[in-house]
Amino acid sequence: MADPMKIRANAVGDSTEVKVLMNHEMETGQRKDAQGKAIPAWFIQNVTATYNGKTVLDAQWGPAVSKNPFLAFKFKGGAKGEKVTITWTDNRGDKRTDEATIA
Amino acid sequence: MISIRRRAVARAGALALVAVVSVAWGQGSTVDEIAKYRQALQDGNPAELWEARGEDMWKQPRGPRKVSFERCDLGLGPGVVKGAYAELPRYFADADRVMDLETRLVYCMVTQQGYSDADARKSPFGNGNERKSDIEALVAYVTSQSRGVKMNVSLDHPRMKEMYALGENMFYFRGGTHDFACATCHGEDNKRIRLQDLPNLTTREGAQKAYTTWPAYRVSQGELRTFQWRLYDCFRQQRFPELVFTSDASIALTTFLARNANGAAFDAPAIKR
Amino acid sequence: MNARRRKLLKQGGGVTLFALLAAAGWITPGEAAAAESWNKSAFDTHSMDETMKALGGSAPVPSKDITFFSTPDIAENGAVVPIGITSNVPKTESIAILIEKNPNMLAAVFDIPAGTDPSLSTRVKMGQSSNVYALVKADGKYYMASKEIKVTLGGCGG
Repeated sequence: MADPMKIRANAVGDSTEVKVLMNHEMETGQRKDAQGKAIPAWFIQNVTATYNGKTVLDAQWGPAVSKNPFLAFKFKGGAKGEKVTITWTDNRGDKRTDEATIA
Repeated sequence: MISIRRRAVARAGALALVAVVSVAWGQGSTVDEIAKYRQALQDGNPAELWEARGEDMWKQPRGPRKVSFERCDLGLGPGVVKGAYAELPRYFADADRVMDLETRLVYCMVTQQGYSDADARKSPFGNGNERKSDIEALVAYVTSQSRGVKMNVSLDHPRMKEMYALGENMFYFRGGTHDFACATCHGEDNKRIRLQDLPNLTTREGAQKAYTTWPAYRVSQGELRTFQWRLYDCFRQQRFPELVFTSDASIALTTFLARNANGAAFDAPAIKR
Repeated sequence: MNARRRKLLKQGGGVTLFALLAAAGWITPGEAAAAESWNKSAFDTHSMDETMKALGGSAPVPSKDITFFSTPDIAENGAVVPIGITSNVPKTESIAILIEKNPNMLAAVFDIPAGTDPSLSTRVKMGQSSNVYALVKADGKYYMASKEIKVTLGGCGG
């Protein structure tokens, strides 16, 4: 399984601010190796964030998102101690789910 | 005849002045925009991913002897990580050698964890998923524990004085195919390569700002790079022979630059282009 | 007929082509799941028109209610360009980032459920200096704002 994400979730007023760092090469498929062969595309295609079973963000990404992607967003609700879960899946079918406690 | 030429010279001078002013103006706002770019990167530094991996690695039993790093003495006692980087390099009596962080980590890997010297020093600089570097992750973790601590490299020990002098010598030593020294690029104010400003490492301020921001996540490589890497890459760009990982030469230069940064708060792992 | 395929067909309606291909062993179940929820044609376009067609929308209208934040004018390295977008267009459903001069224009699409701020930031790769578009879908219609970002070093492997 891929390396874990780093998720920070903070209660700000009546909302929750989420910042995520994901571990992923996000290979575009444009680069060539030393032999001149194209390095195959390998990138996160879907990202879903949930809170209390409800989807708070749903994204589709292409390889133009930077390596080791960063994402920041905010949603209404969430209290200290509750959990936010983030899942990504990539074009190879690899998947990673991590959760963070709202601080 | 003379008066026409004088007028032409005056006009040329005026145009040149305007050109200089507009270039300076352009450079000023470009510099501002790049500062904004660097600022925008600060939040959410992928270096944190290396820090997390390094912290796990520090606590994990590893190597043929299945020992963790928690007995590794970085200068403040076995297993003490907080503030250790701000006092490195230092002289270690058990190894009878002045060591920087990376050299000390290799020492612990060999003497405590049972790795061979060759294995411990293999592939210190990572390359994506195909070649991950344990050293880089460990450096990220250990240095993160000195964030905010004032640099405090001591030259009390005679061997430290020696290393500092050697490092200073190396800084000004011209060599390689291009006759470059570190000082060639880093010995004056306002130098740059393309749009990359070069810090003047001969001033206290320049040395402080430069040393306290390594290791760093280097956006152009998508990797966390350490100070050993930074020196290695400078040598490469100077067309010098390869700077061997954890060699005395690398430690001497590090001692010189780290000591010159004394007094400034350490602020890494940082994020750079 | 293999067991997995039989099970899928028994489930009846809703068995997609991808699921069948997975059952037949032609693609992995992971790849099937990925293919179903990822709009491949939208990520393969080279112009605003093509992208809008793939997203199933009409030409976007410029809107001053869409703004960029923490997005510099110059990126020191095109591999990592921070982009922050806030949409004050009422009933914003999704926000997408398009980079005009990239090999493929669409970088990312974010669906914003009710209760989530129509404001987010991420980082993208830019191959060269280019216009960047923030494309917003609100109440079924499309809106956009653009910003020119200069890149001093290409972000696609150079």
